[in-house]
Amino acid sequence: MSKRILIVDDEPNIVVSLEFLMKREGFEVAVAGDGETALRLIEEKRPDLVLLDIMLPKKNGFEVCQAIRANPDWQAVKVVMLTAKGRDTEVAKGTALGADAYMTKPFSTKDLIVQVRQILDMA
Amino acid sequence: MAGTSGRLKLALTLGGLYLLLAALFGALAAVLWADMQEHERLVLLAIVMPRLELSILIILLAWFFLGLIVSAIYRAYVMAPLTLREQALVMVSANPGLRLQELGAPEIRTLARVVNSLAEQREALQRDVEARVREGRASIEEEKNRLAALMSELTQSVVVCNLDGRILLYNNRARLQFKALAGESRSAQDGVLIGLGRSIFAILDRHLITHALENIQQRLARGSQQPVANFVTASRAGQLIRVQMAPVLGGQREAEAGEGARAFAGYVLMLDNITRNFEMESQRDALLQSLTEGSRASLGNIRAAVDNLLDYPDMEAEQRDRFVGIVRDEVAAMGQRLDRTVNEFSDALKARWPLEDMLGEDLVAAAQRRIEGRLELPTKVEEVPEGLWVRVDSFSLLQGLSYLAKRLRDEYDIRELRFRMAQAGRLAQLDLIWSGAVVGSQTLLAWEIDPMNVAGENSPLTLREVIERHGGEIWFEREKASHRAFIRILIPSALPQETLDTAPLMQVGSRPEYYDFNLFRQTEESRALDERLLSELTYTVFDTETTGLEPSAGDEIIQIGATRIVNGRLLRSESIDQLVDPRRPLRPEGIPIHGITEEMVAGQPAIDKALPLFHAFCEDTVLVAHNAAFDMRFLQLKEEATGIRFQQPVLDTLLLSAVIHPNQESHKLEAICERLGINVIGRHTALGDAIVTGEVFLRMIPLLEEMGIRTLREAREAAERTYYARIKY
Repeated sequence: MSKRILIVDDEPNIVVSLEFLMKREGFEVAVAGDGETALRLIEEKRPDLVLLDIMLPKKNGFEVCQAIRANPDWQAVKVVMLTAKGRDTEVAKGTALGADAYMTKPFSTKDLIVQVRQILDMA
Repeated sequence: MAGTSGRLKLALTLGGLYLLLAALFGALAAVLWADMQEHERLVLLAIVMPRLELSILIILLAWFFLGLIVSAIYRAYVMAPLTLREQALVMVSANPGLRLQELGAPEIRTLARVVNSLAEQREALQRDVEARVREGRASIEEEKNRLAALMSELTQSVVVCNLDGRILLYNNRARLQFKALAGESRSAQDGVLIGLGRSIFAILDRHLITHALENIQQRLARGSQQPVANFVTASRAGQLIRVQMAPVLGGQREAEAGEGARAFAGYVLMLDNITRNFEMESQRDALLQSLTEGSRASLGNIRAAVDNLLDYPDMEAEQRDRFVGIVRDEVAAMGQRLDRTVNEFSDALKARWPLEDMLGEDLVAAAQRRIEGRLELPTKVEEVPEGLWVRVDSFSLLQGLSYLAKRLRDEYDIRELRFRMAQAGRLAQLDLIWSGAVVGSQTLLAWEIDPMNVAGENSPLTLREVIERHGGEIWFEREKASHRAFIRILIPSALPQETLDTAPLMQVGSRPEYYDFNLFRQTEESRALDERLLSELTYTVFDTETTGLEPSAGDEIIQIGATRIVNGRLLRSESIDQLVDPRRPLRPEGIPIHGITEEMVAGQPAIDKALPLFHAFCEDTVLVAHNAAFDMRFLQLKEEATGIRFQQPVLDTLLLSAVIHPNQESHKLEAICERLGINVIGRHTALGDAIVTGEVFLRMIPLLEEMGIRTLREAREAAERTYYARIKY
């Protein structure tokens, strides 16, 4: 059974690439364009991993991450934050709120795949 | 008087002497007579009687000579010292220039000479001391004036306070700045809350000041060389003020207590409105953020797309086109972002060098002075738009302009240089114009990179660096039609400065009244106002204009004027001049008296807005007004509506005039002014009358003192007595 990945980002230009990439790597992919949709899809699809942008409409990435960690049913869900915010304070915040990894744009897709596989114990 | 009493004494002494002699001889004669036999008495009589006249004559002669001798001795040893004593007393107490006469016996003459030479010495000493005191005073006065002048010229706001937070000194800039700050939020008169002897806490948060003081104290305790504290505070209108605080160290105590515990007597506050700097900082931050985050996102999108293209070459054509499309769009977006950044934030980008805002006219005037003075090259101004502000490093830019002028003169024999300025978008053009000679662009380029040297002053900068410092440009152009040429320099223009109106400074006369160091010694002692001397109290002198004379019949205040007296000085620059909307029609018969029309009061604050300001202005002072009862009645009738109570002690110059001159018929303000020799100008505005009342009151203080009325209580009681006297009458 293939692992499920939820991509949460409001920028179609990155979503297109990530969706293509993840599908080609054999994951089952869902996409959410804002924080609230993300939470709804997590409930519905129970993804194994969420690729989460920080700047999102409605609920930002930090809030979504916090909500995931606050829900006991979702403890298995892994979170990888993908963001253009490169400041060390934000990396610290993301990690503190329960993200499993934090990747700053621009990142190489290879590194991302390595990270994702590592987190999902597929390496 | 001494002479007559001396002569009287001489006569008495002589009389006594004669009586004594007569008594002695009489007694001798009586004893001899009683001891003689009968026949001896007969023989004696027979000898004496025929020669009686002769004997008496001889005796009288003897007495006469005796008298002369006694009188001479008396004159020399008694009269002369008496006269000298009087002269000496005059010398000591009244006329130090007087010298003793040389009278009497030689010993006494010597004494007089000694006394005279002592007096001589004393006078010389006194002259010396006086001269030194005069010198000292003159230099202190000079220093004070220099300081005052310096302060008033400073473009930074400076306020000096004692430890209680009372303001001892402030400069015009500080006053205008506070006025400008307050003006945004409340009445434009708010700026008057800065004033000598007033509390700084009315303007700045007490906690901030206390905190900064603690910081300084800690630094002092550590023996820091620069015990200064900085803080930033926001005004009510959200303007940011950066405050730097430096201690004023106490003089004597410093010496006593030694290094460890240098006590300070007060502090200096330097204030800067950094709102605009701050805005620029934020702008720069926003710029950085937009550049980094925006670029990161775009780069992330491009990289992911490119990675996919490279890693999965087997993808379908449609998919490939999508990724290529992403790359194209994102590259275009980044290009646009960069353009926008350059356009919108170029000011912020280039403002690294601390540039100051300067009025274009001032810049040109300074350049003219420099070029005419150092190069003896005549200059003219063609056109400088009014209110054009530029942001420049004036020192280096002026160097650059003089350098250009020098090379034009030396190498092209230019006879006259003209200046022109114009606004060009966010930039300003500064043109140096001359007629005739054409300077090639190559030449100008060479000039730009040569080291600048003007009239023996070498600069480490080149013209190019000066231009770069301003983020500007420079080029050469020809005006063919007029056979003229010019070098144009682009420099950043600035937003108009807060227009700090300097007019109020002028009204004060030559010396600004913004400092009073005697307040350093004033402490917050809670000695009741009543027992304090009239000469040392702080007063608010005020006057109101009203719609009519009957407050109970609905008459209202339409103008409040007030000024302050601190340490015996009338501070005209600290004043209120506020029109008030009475919210009722003016009486036409009143208009010729107060000169206030309906149009003037329309749109002015109503009494419920104006009164709190006046109340704050009066805080901690004694109120003074002419016929104060009238004005106080109006104020008291508003107590209920506004909740503002005037509980300060009140002095009335009308009643005090009655105390001083009980037999004068009129105690009108004009009549008093005439009696006390005060020139009246600008009467019948509230502020004009308040100022006149203040001058009258200041003249009255010494007159009251002569009558033994020295404290506030004594003045109030005296005024009350006249008041009752007048009522009974």
